[in-house]
Amino acid sequence: MTEPLGASGLILNEKLLWEKGRKGRSGFSMPESDVPSSPLPMELVGDGPDFPDLSEVDVVRHYTRLSTWNFGVDTGLYPLGSCTMKYNPKTNERQAGLSGFSGSHPMLPESLCQGALKLMADLERFLAEITGMDAVSLQPAAGAHGELAGMLVIHAWFKKKGNSRSKIIIPDTAHGTNPASAALCGYIPVQVHTGAEGILAPETIAAVMDEETAGIMVTNPNTLGLFENHLKTISEIVHAKGGLVYADGANMNAVMGIADMGRIGVDVLHLNLHKTFSTPHGGGGPGAGPVCVKKYLKPFLPVPRIIQKDSGQYALSEDFPESIGKLLAFHGHFGVLVRAYSYILSMGAEGLKKASQLAVLNANYLKEQLKDTFHLAYDRPCMHECVFSDRYQQEYNVTTLDIAKRLMDYGYHPPTIYFPLVVHGALMMEPTETESKEDLDQYIDTLKKIAVEAKETPDVLRSAPTRCKVRRLDETAAARKPCLAG
Amino acid sequence: MRFLPHTPEQIQLMLMVVGADSLESLFSSIPEECRRLQDMNLPDALSEWALNRYMDALSASLAVSPDYKIFIGAGRYDHYIPATVSALKSRSEFLTAYTPYQPEISQGTLQAIYEYQTLAARLMGVDVVTASHYDGATALSESLLMAIRKTRRKRVAISSLIHPFYRRVLQTYLEPAGFEILDLPFLENGLTDLSLLEGTTDIAAVALQSPNFFGCIEELKTASKKAHEMGALFVAGFTEALAYGLLKSPGSQGADIVFGEGQSLGIPISFGGPGLGMLGCTSEHTRNLPGRLVGKAKDLDGKNGFVLTLATREQHIRREKATSNICSNNSHCALTAAMYMASLGKSGFCNLAKLNHDKAAYLCRQFSDAGFRIPFSSPFFNEFVVEFPKGFETRYQSLLEKKIVAGLPLSTFYSKLANHYLFCVTETVSRKDMDALIQEVKS
Repeated sequence: MTEPLGASGLILNEKLLWEKGRKGRSGFSMPESDVPSSPLPMELVGDGPDFPDLSEVDVVRHYTRLSTWNFGVDTGLYPLGSCTMKYNPKTNERQAGLSGFSGSHPMLPESLCQGALKLMADLERFLAEITGMDAVSLQPAAGAHGELAGMLVIHAWFKKKGNSRSKIIIPDTAHGTNPASAALCGYIPVQVHTGAEGILAPETIAAVMDEETAGIMVTNPNTLGLFENHLKTISEIVHAKGGLVYADGANMNAVMGIADMGRIGVDVLHLNLHKTFSTPHGGGGPGAGPVCVKKYLKPFLPVPRIIQKDSGQYALSEDFPESIGKLLAFHGHFGVLVRAYSYILSMGAEGLKKASQLAVLNANYLKEQLKDTFHLAYDRPCMHECVFSDRYQQEYNVTTLDIAKRLMDYGYHPPTIYFPLVVHGALMMEPTETESKEDLDQYIDTLKKIAVEAKETPDVLRSAPTRCKVRRLDETAAARKPCLAG
Repeated sequence: MRFLPHTPEQIQLMLMVVGADSLESLFSSIPEECRRLQDMNLPDALSEWALNRYMDALSASLAVSPDYKIFIGAGRYDHYIPATVSALKSRSEFLTAYTPYQPEISQGTLQAIYEYQTLAARLMGVDVVTASHYDGATALSESLLMAIRKTRRKRVAISSLIHPFYRRVLQTYLEPAGFEILDLPFLENGLTDLSLLEGTTDIAAVALQSPNFFGCIEELKTASKKAHEMGALFVAGFTEALAYGLLKSPGSQGADIVFGEGQSLGIPISFGGPGLGMLGCTSEHTRNLPGRLVGKAKDLDGKNGFVLTLATREQHIRREKATSNICSNNSHCALTAAMYMASLGKSGFCNLAKLNHDKAAYLCRQFSDAGFRIPFSSPFFNEFVVEFPKGFETRYQSLLEKKIVAGLPLSTFYSKLANHYLFCVTETVSRKDMDALIQEVKS
């Protein structure tokens, strides 16, 4: 094996913000006052928030030190399955930071924000084209918010038909957000089991789909990294009973330019721009979760909708009486939309398709190279990710968690672990297309080495990590007596 | 393509390993009926430089200050952002990481969010604040869902002076599940009229915004007392976080749950998003909170660290029984807000709040001196309403051509308030700009 990535370096300690500073310092250049003082009535005035007073250098050192305790995609391989931790192009940051985009006020008259509206109208069109759907709303703030939007659209559709339904079918491989979003609309999730091949069988759906059921929420490709090959037939079964098909597009990165969600029979779909379209995850958001629908569901999309007048001018219209309403105060996470737009314009149709192809190539390559080392849950060609388990390591009393923690010592972010729930001890790996063969080879070598360690020196794994800022943390004790503020 | 590192030779080698003939054949298991019939119809890829030219032009077409003099707040506020905040938040160790599921390798994000939770709790006057929500409107909605869960009552009373867009988001969240909203009208002084609450017993929560949509500072203590007498929770919030550099915090006035928008805390306006949904509560409601929370923990050697905690409330564990469906939030915006609060410190934050109020009070007085009516008499922070004579609309349009946006017309949101305009002044507006505005409006 080549020299491992993980090395020991100097990690600087850093106090909590309020353990630093001295009263009277400031890290802010206070603008001079050019107006007279105008005191408020004393009974309204408080003492002010107890923030520490720090100098500019205090603040810069503090956050610079904290940042070095973090691992990002720019640091290295981040194979967190289902999260699509692909490279976030720097040009996207430049575009989002342009003063027009970052300074535009959302309540200005339309004539003063044509550029922003054009960008959004274009992006809606691009996303409709990429997914094969007819109309898009960019308003949802994240994937789960897009799911909520989609479920509300379905709810509104049935309400209009005077046909309220109470249940929704959700496979056992679904993200937890699916049942949680459905529950917000009052739907009771009906869980169905994934078949032996790792995908849904039409007869499973036929057995539960009835006229009390609003439809199905299905992730395609699913969280096992497999394309739901029977989805067209499943759609027909659901439609035949008057139901609708909701597709979670979290894993769209695998099939851009390849699959047509519209043709498959999907009625509603959400995308995660922070996954497929390269916008940064930011340590847990902000993301963006556009919702895409078929023509007949367009009237239910959130308002305002962007419309183009005959004059060519763009406008924001509230004139959609059947709309589910507003989901966010303003027009979605515009700053995130600018980044996704910039990505699509950088890639073009060919580039996006190539990205999907290489994402799938990388995942299959990992799968082939590691399937003798780790137990592969479903040994068949995968899409963007593959799911292993700790079955082979169990005889040494080494778990998925140990393997994940040991990877950190070698300089990698661990994969997603213990998800999907249908695979016991799952290690879900999604390399994405932006990782090179050399980097994958090194990661593969590392995992093979860890498998040897599991057999020969299992304690090394059980006590990992040892090279991070902290060792394993006691999460149980933290939850028992939560300390959530200092 | 510069983001794709594979050489043609490497692709061939890798295809051999996986046993496929071509990139296309990797997808051979996908049935024909699921495939696209045509290639995607998208614009041709642009070089980095061509993209810059195109985006520069698009961005330049937008009206922004200081070129335009924009006297609008209404949920998004133009404040100076220190260069340190912009630089530090861009560090890619923060920006390109995901939710800190693996704490040992994410201590930077975790400590920063713990610090955000702490500073935000001090600002809002509550015990606990979540790691963030999407925006003020969704934070309001989640607050009321919390109150509904807690009290098991199905009706909430909402001030009509909560931002109109927030109220519409709330409607979207509450209606499908069959919860009811009672709208509380407003009084002549620009404050919420609580008299509709008399005699009601089935209300889960009373919710107010202060400063409210007209900019007026609500009497939170009175409302809190009323809500509690009815066995309801008191929910209070804000769209302008900076106000609490000057005003008594909502928590100290008796709010059980506090929601707010934190965009003012160092986050660019960015056409309205992303912002920062702030949500906190007193400690008795902690386990009912939706969304992520960071807590203190000890490692194997007894060293201090931080983890995501109380996850058993959340969707990835409890699925449909979770306290919300939230997964990713606006963590990077919370990080930014913490950097901003740390940069200003208590002294800076209070001084800046005072400056905002002084400037707004100056402009308000100038309008009044020039003979325009200030319809609401209650004290305000940095926003206030002016009533213009009939026909001001034409003048408003002509001022737009002079690159002046003279407030936000309120008639769109409150049909009875024709010719009423909501003005906002922050530290970025100079006395000169304000004097010029008054001259234009008068002439």
